[in-house]
Amino acid sequence: MIAIAKLTIGEAARRKILWVLVILAVLAVTLVAWGVGRLVEAGRESGADELEIRLAVSQVLIFIAFQFGFVQAMTAAFLGSPAIASDLESGVALAVLARPIRRSSYLLGRWLGLAIVLSAYGAGSSLFAILVVGGVSGYTPPSIVTPVAFLVAEGLVVLTLTMLLSTRLPPIGGGAIAVVAFGLAWMAGTIERVGIAISARNPDVDLGFVGDIGRILLPTDGLWRGVIYGLEPPIVIAAARDQPLAEANPFFALSPPPVAFLAWVVVWVVIVLSLAALSLRRREP
Amino acid sequence: MRATRWRTRLIASSAPVIDVAGLRKRYGRIEALADLTMTVRPGEVFGFLGPNGAGKTTTVKLLLGLARPSGGSGRVLGAPLGDREARRRIGYLPELFRYQPWLRAREVLALHADLIGMPGATRARAFDDVLGLVGLADRAATPVSGFSKGMQQRLGLGVALLGDPALVILDEPTSALDPIGRMDVRAILRTARDRGAAVFLNSHLLSEVERVCDRVAVVDRGKVVAAGALAEVLGGRETRIRATGVPAGALDGPIAAFGRATFDGSDLIVPDLDDERVPDLVAALVGLGARVHEVSSGRESLEQRFVELVGRGGPGPDPATAATERGAEPG
Repeated sequence: MIAIAKLTIGEAARRKILWVLVILAVLAVTLVAWGVGRLVEAGRESGADELEIRLAVSQVLIFIAFQFGFVQAMTAAFLGSPAIASDLESGVALAVLARPIRRSSYLLGRWLGLAIVLSAYGAGSSLFAILVVGGVSGYTPPSIVTPVAFLVAEGLVVLTLTMLLSTRLPPIGGGAIAVVAFGLAWMAGTIERVGIAISARNPDVDLGFVGDIGRILLPTDGLWRGVIYGLEPPIVIAAARDQPLAEANPFFALSPPPVAFLAWVVVWVVIVLSLAALSLRRREP
Repeated sequence: MRATRWRTRLIASSAPVIDVAGLRKRYGRIEALADLTMTVRPGEVFGFLGPNGAGKTTTVKLLLGLARPSGGSGRVLGAPLGDREARRRIGYLPELFRYQPWLRAREVLALHADLIGMPGATRARAFDDVLGLVGLADRAATPVSGFSKGMQQRLGLGVALLGDPALVILDEPTSALDPIGRMDVRAILRTARDRGAAVFLNSHLLSEVERVCDRVAVVDRGKVVAAGALAEVLGGRETRIRATGVPAGALDGPIAAFGRATFDGSDLIVPDLDDERVPDLVAALVGLGARVHEVSSGRESLEQRFVELVGRGGPGPDPATAATERGAEPG
């Protein structure tokens, strides 16, 4: 498994696309730093107080994280989808799987290597963005680790789904389905938020089940709520506790994801990886 | 060292390296292998022949555990098909040879050394040895992406020979090689055999098999239709005499003393005739008033025997179509 993980990391490091994404992330953060700098300057000139400026900067950070989360999901999908499928299609897997290696070790090695690459990319780029914005605006989230960890976990969930698809589907098909599933999971969470707004006028409307089903099937949106929560200033969260409609905002979270949900994420990853290993075991290259 | 000791024991015991009986493989409604029975002994080069779609590659995949049989039984290196420990002692060159294009030749070998658990201390020398053996000594640092198909096949051969395997399975190992490369492969196969390894050579290049194999099996439609030492499969020698004016009844008369002769067009064919008696036969024919134009003596070629066995002389259907229709992977 370790040999395959090392091979996978080497493969990713030699791919131009990853370095293009790193350069784009640096450019995006540079642009955002300039924009946030202008925003803070304009806010202070117009007499906004520090709380308002923090709120504005935290919202900008959340939008940046949203973009990074999407890029990371795409990266996970397009790194993960060829990981098994291309090896099987091209014949590269034949020479490797004929060696004394379990199919599950091969799969876990591929997953582990890509998870390390993806985590390094996701953590590096988001940490860089938070620190640069903090340097420009003076606002950094109370815990830098929390939003970064949730963002990385979101990418790992997409990667895991993609690996399962990669055992059966061609690379483009698996990648496309994973991205669509990621989008649908976010939509399910957004519908749940819209349901909160509607239920304020009509208590009979409860769309919470849509979000629950989405989080069970693909827990990316639940993790995204963790990113949002981690980026918000505590004072804004405290002020919103009395606002029943605050949770209706898809870019606001009053509380972190519950522990039970985080446990489900771990179980979900184990289940999906097990299914992927089973699927690969039954596959004849 | 462990592999060498093990191989020595295997040769000493003469236990089969490959021993399969009634092996079957179905892909849905398609039967790729019907009833395959064969034995490969230690230290021999075994040719596995068959037309496209006969089930050759399917057989290789079953031997390596890359596919599961639908029926029958088999052992490779004394272990059940697909056994992981046995696979540690098997080198394999796939028909579809592809290696990670971003790796250098030496890194490909290092990956496979990791996978078979080769001790670190022996690696550098082993890499030099196999790269030298397959003619890539000066390409060790070249990325696979810069290799021609022939060079990739040579690298694959090196990968298959890495770690001094007890069994080397080669699936069409010269398909991308030029005539020089094919000669090199024959030399490499003999070297592997001399070191005590058994070589399972899956090929439809009959001249190649004829030159290097100790024993062969001919497979058609998923069944072995002939197997044994090359001489056994090819049958006895025959003397072929192109002659005209042979009188009617001569075959039952004076010529009968030379054996059971038959006519193939204008050729008189006499089986198993001692070379010393060929001039006597020619003299007898001339004595009967016949005119002798040409005399040749030898064994039936593997190609002739192959065509007889698989029963498809002349242009046949498109191999890919035939494979699909018959339900086997192109083998």
